[in-house]
Amino acid sequence: MPDARRSLARWARSPVVVAAGAVALTAGVAGVLLALGGYDPWAAASAAAVGAFGSPEAVLSITAVRAVPLVLTGLGVTLAFRAGTWNIGAEGQLYAGAVAGVWVGLVGGGLPGWVLVPVLLGAACVGGALWASVPILMKLRLGVSEVITSLLMSFVAINLAAYMVHGPLQEPRGVFPQTAPIAEAARLPALVPGTRLHVGALIALALAAALWWFLRETRFGFQVRAVGASRTAAAVAGRIDADRVMLFAFLTSGALAGLAGGVQVAGVTYALYEGLSPGWGYTAIAVALLAGLHPLGVLVTGLLFGALDAGAAAMQREAAVPAVWATAVQALVILAVLALGRAQRHLRAEVVRV
Amino acid sequence: MSDAALVLFLEASVRLGVPLALAALGEAITERSGVINIGLEGSLIAGALGGALASLALGSGEAGVLAGAGAGLVVALVFAAFSVGLGTDQIITGTAITLGGLGFTGAVYQASFGAGGAALTLPTLPALRIPVLADIPWIGTALFAQAPTAYLAYLLAPALWYFLFRTPWGLELRACGEHPDAARAAGVRVLRVRLAATLFGGALAGLAGAHLALAHAGTFAENMSAGRGFIAIAVVALGRWNPMLVLIAALFFGAAAALQFLLQAVGLDLPYQFFLALPYVVTLAALAGRVGRARAPAALALPWPKPS
Repeated sequence: MPDARRSLARWARSPVVVAAGAVALTAGVAGVLLALGGYDPWAAASAAAVGAFGSPEAVLSITAVRAVPLVLTGLGVTLAFRAGTWNIGAEGQLYAGAVAGVWVGLVGGGLPGWVLVPVLLGAACVGGALWASVPILMKLRLGVSEVITSLLMSFVAINLAAYMVHGPLQEPRGVFPQTAPIAEAARLPALVPGTRLHVGALIALALAAALWWFLRETRFGFQVRAVGASRTAAAVAGRIDADRVMLFAFLTSGALAGLAGGVQVAGVTYALYEGLSPGWGYTAIAVALLAGLHPLGVLVTGLLFGALDAGAAAMQREAAVPAVWATAVQALVILAVLALGRAQRHLRAEVVRV
Repeated sequence: MSDAALVLFLEASVRLGVPLALAALGEAITERSGVINIGLEGSLIAGALGGALASLALGSGEAGVLAGAGAGLVVALVFAAFSVGLGTDQIITGTAITLGGLGFTGAVYQASFGAGGAALTLPTLPALRIPVLADIPWIGTALFAQAPTAYLAYLLAPALWYFLFRTPWGLELRACGEHPDAARAAGVRVLRVRLAATLFGGALAGLAGAHLALAHAGTFAENMSAGRGFIAIAVVALGRWNPMLVLIAALFFGAAAALQFLLQAVGLDLPYQFFLALPYVVTLAALAGRVGRARAPAALALPWPKPS
C-alpha cells in the first residue's frame, strides 16, 4: 500500500477526527438552528465562550467544576458501553450516590475528615452500584433488557431524592426542600485556593487514568473489551465468564455515577436538593461517545461539556438564549458522532478495498 | 370507599392509560419491523407541544391532536434517517432523539412563552359520551365518556392485530423484524417497511403526547411526558408485541398511575413522591415478574444491512 493511502487509512481510523468533525458539525447545525429561532448565533457563541473560558475564574470555578461530575459519569458510561451493556441510567445512580453520601455527611459529624470523606465517597459508590444492580441483575437473571429498566430506575431515584429532602433528611427547620449542610469535616478541600475547584477534580483525573490502564493493561480489562466486542465469541473462544464481566462492568459503572453524586455533594453543594443534577447522567452518554469510549478522551470531552454547561448559563444571561439549548446541543453531538462514525467506517472500507 | 371514588379511579385509569396505549401500539408495530425506538419519549413530548401550540393557534383541540401526530412523526423521521437510513445504533440514536426532543421542545416553549413559561390554558379535547354504553354501571363512564383519542386506541388495537397477523403486509412487516435477509430475498423492501413502521409509531406517540396536553393536563409543561415513552416501550414487551395485549397492559399501567386518586380517597396518607414513583416501580416489577416470557422479534435493534 502506498504511503499516502496508508496515512489516509490511519486518518480514517482516528477517533480524534470523528470527535473534531462532530464538534464542528454540531456547531454549524446549532448555529443555523439558533439563527432560524431568531437568535444571533455569534452573540450566543461569544457569550458562551466568555462564560466558559473568559477568565481564570470562569475556567476554574465554573467550567472545571462542572466537568467533574461529567467526567465521573462519563467514565461510568464508557466502562458499561465497553462491556457491551447499555447503562442509560447514570442519572439515577448519581442521585442514589448523592443520597447515600449526604446521609453519611449529616450523621458523621463527630468523625475526623480523613475518615469521613472516604466513608462518604465510599457510600456514594455503594449507592450508585446498588441502583445499577437492579437493571443488570434483571438482565442477567431474567433476560430483561437493561436499557429501559436502567432508565426507569432513574425516575425512581429522582423521586427518592425528592422524598428525602421533603421528609426524613429535610433541614431541621423544615422550610426548604433540602438537607442541612453536611459536616465541615465531610467536605472536600479546595484544590486551588480562592476558587471553587475541589479535590474531586483530582479524583476524576486519577480514575480516568486508572480506567485507561485497567482496560489496556489488565487481564480483566481485556475480558471487558472482549465481551463488549462479542459476548458469544468471548464466551466460546476465550472461555470468559461473560455474565461476571458484565456484572462487574455495570456495577462499577453505577459506582462511578454514584461517586459523581457524592463528589458533587461533598465538593460543591454541601447539601442535597431536588434538581441537584441538570441531567449529567444523560450528558454522560454524549461525553463517552464523543470520547470514542476512551477514558482519557473522557477528560477532554467532559471538560468540553462542562464548558457547554457553563456557557449555556452565560448565553441565557447575555444573549437571552434559553439554557435548555444545551440539552439540544448534546443530542446533536451524539447524532453527529454516529453519522461521522458511519461515514468513517464507509471510508475505511473503501480504502482497504482498493 | 365510596362508589364515586372508584368511578373516579377507573375514569382516571383509562385517561392515563390511553397515551400509554397509543404510544405502545405504535411502538409494537415499529418493533415488529425490527426497530426499537427509544426516542419515543422525544416524539411524545413533541406531540404534546405541537398539540398545544396548534390548538392555541387554531382554537381547536382536534386540530391540536392532528398537529401532535405530525410533530411526533417528524421526530421519528429524524430517528429513522439515522437508525434506518444510516444504520446507526438504535439504542444510542434513540437516546439522542429523546434528549433532543426534550431540549428542543423546551427551547421552543420558552421562545414562545418566555423564560419562565406561562401557565397555559389550552382549548381542550372534550370527552365524547357514547350513548347507552356510557350508562353501564362502574365501567361505563370510565371507558365510554373519554376523549376521542381513547376510542381511537380501542379501535386501533384490533385493527393492528388483524393487520399484523392476518394480512400479507403484516406478514412482510414481521418478516423484516424476524429475518430481514429472508424478507429481502422474498422481495420485501426491508428499509422502506422499517421506515414506514417507525414513522407510524412516531405519529401515534405524537398523538399520545397531544392527548396528554389536551385531554389530560389541559396545559403544556416542559418534560411533561415524564418517561411515559419508556413505560410504553416496557408495555410493548409486557403485551408480547401483540396489539390486543398491549392495549390491556397499557390500561393496567394507567391504573397504576391513577392509584394515587384511589389511595387518597381511602385516606391512606403516603408521601406524594411515593405516588410519583409508583408507575415506574410497577413497570419494573411487571418486567421482572413477567411469566412465560415472550420472545422479542429476532432482529430487534439490529441495523440492516449489517454494518461493514
